[in-house]
Amino acid sequence: MSAPSTTRFCARLVRRQLVLAVRRPIEIGNPLLFFAMVVALFPLGLGPAPGQLATFAPGILWIIALLSNLLTSDGVFRSDFDDGSLEQLLLSPQPLYLSVLAYIAAHWLITGLLLALVSPLFALMLNLPGAAIGSLVASLLLGTAVLSLLGGIGAALTVGLKRGGMLISLLILPLYMPVLIFGSAAVKAAVTGAPVGPYLALLGAMLSLAIALAPMAIAAGLRISIDA
Amino acid sequence: MYFQSLNELLHMDGHGAFVWTAYIITIAVIAVILVAPLRRQRGFLRQLAGELRRQQGDASSPGDN
Amino acid sequence: MWSFFHKLGSPPWLYGISGSILRWLLPLTLLALVAGMVWGLLFTAPDFRQGNSYRIIYIHVPAAVVALAGYYVMALAGAVNLIWKMKMADVAMKAAAPIGAALTFIALLTGAIWGKPTWGTWWVWDARITSMLILLFLYLGVVALYEAFDNKEAAGKACAVLSLVGMVNIPIIYKSVDWWYSLHQPASIKFTGESTIDPSMLYPLLLMITAFYALFTCCLLMNMRAELLRRESRTNWVRKLAQGAGRG
Repeated sequence: MSAPSTTRFCARLVRRQLVLAVRRPIEIGNPLLFFAMVVALFPLGLGPAPGQLATFAPGILWIIALLSNLLTSDGVFRSDFDDGSLEQLLLSPQPLYLSVLAYIAAHWLITGLLLALVSPLFALMLNLPGAAIGSLVASLLLGTAVLSLLGGIGAALTVGLKRGGMLISLLILPLYMPVLIFGSAAVKAAVTGAPVGPYLALLGAMLSLAIALAPMAIAAGLRISIDA
Repeated sequence: MYFQSLNELLHMDGHGAFVWTAYIITIAVIAVILVAPLRRQRGFLRQLAGELRRQQGDASSPGDN
Repeated sequence: MWSFFHKLGSPPWLYGISGSILRWLLPLTLLALVAGMVWGLLFTAPDFRQGNSYRIIYIHVPAAVVALAGYYVMALAGAVNLIWKMKMADVAMKAAAPIGAALTFIALLTGAIWGKPTWGTWWVWDARITSMLILLFLYLGVVALYEAFDNKEAAGKACAVLSLVGMVNIPIIYKSVDWWYSLHQPASIKFTGESTIDPSMLYPLLLMITAFYALFTCCLLMNMRAELLRRESRTNWVRKLAQGAGRG
């Protein structure tokens, strides 16, 4: 059997991760459920006044998206590390940079993309003005991709540790902050009628930078974790 | 010297409490980061010396126990 | 030139040379710290706007400056460890993290204490303060990650990757927080702006900044020495040292 080309190899990796996720629908459902539940917590804590909720809605929605991304990041490499297929991946002749990117892409498809697609529903529950929903979805699409890449770094560094769960949030949350700032600012700008383009452009710039650099850090982290 | 008396120095026109707290905490933290490695080093050397002595004792007089 | 690098990789040589450096650098550092503090506390006139509370500047600014510089020292040491696999760089990186965290803590705490009489509040979500808080989290993240690994070689490499990722992120975080703050800046708090500082205040400040750099160097060397002994505990030179210390 000849080795598949790099593109086909990565496509297969993505497909494999997606199939694994579809076989366990609860894994896909969990982040969305988490999102819905935390959205329900905020009116209980802040009071149900629609005006007040609408002011906080961009920040609330973005923070929840960030947290649900953080919670799922921990598991990106976990099962493959446990059953040894990660070690096989490191030994394979394929460039690790691209295969790691495939893992992250799959993670983004099952968390970030879905989250962005269902976010309008939750936005309406928090009384976010309809005009801002388009930019909420757009900012989440771009921003969660950056979050997935950064989360992958934390996941790669902690995958070999038994209690990585709490540690990964300490490592990764400081890195999430710029995304949170520009993501929620984009939605706020849309609420007030200001142009959203610059914020989305900045998120796009962060995404380009993260795509260029994060896979290298992830690859290095995986090598270290496998060696340990 | 800017201040006329010790009282003035401690009081600093009402800001004394803030200034002195800041300085005292800083000095305490500096003391901790300076003393901690020294203590660690000394403790380690003492422990290792003890281990070596025990090993030598075992090697030189194995019939004692 | 190369022999110098080879020596740098030799633990007994490093232990000896750092000992002889510390012998004069440590007293000098303590002297500079005391002199700078006494100068700043006693021999400078109060600021015409902030009164005496501005005297906190002599510990606040140096701590902040060196805390930030310390992060770069840590990240560069990590990079050297990753690229050239120099063990001593790993030791340096591990030694730098807790000192940096302590200095960041000093900067945040003195900033809060300074803020109360000056702005009337302990804490402001100002760009610089927020960035310093994030810097503290980055330092603590490195310390926590190091402790989490059982295999210390892997721990050093993992922390090196993490601190390099942090180094790339620090300017981005700083810029975005700065921008975010200028968007939200509440009007009630006025900053003094970049007014030119009087030489009579500048000289003690420069002395304190130098003293804090020296303090960082001293603590770094001392932490490295303790760590060197722990790592080299099976070797002859450490055993000899221990026997000497045990007799003394």
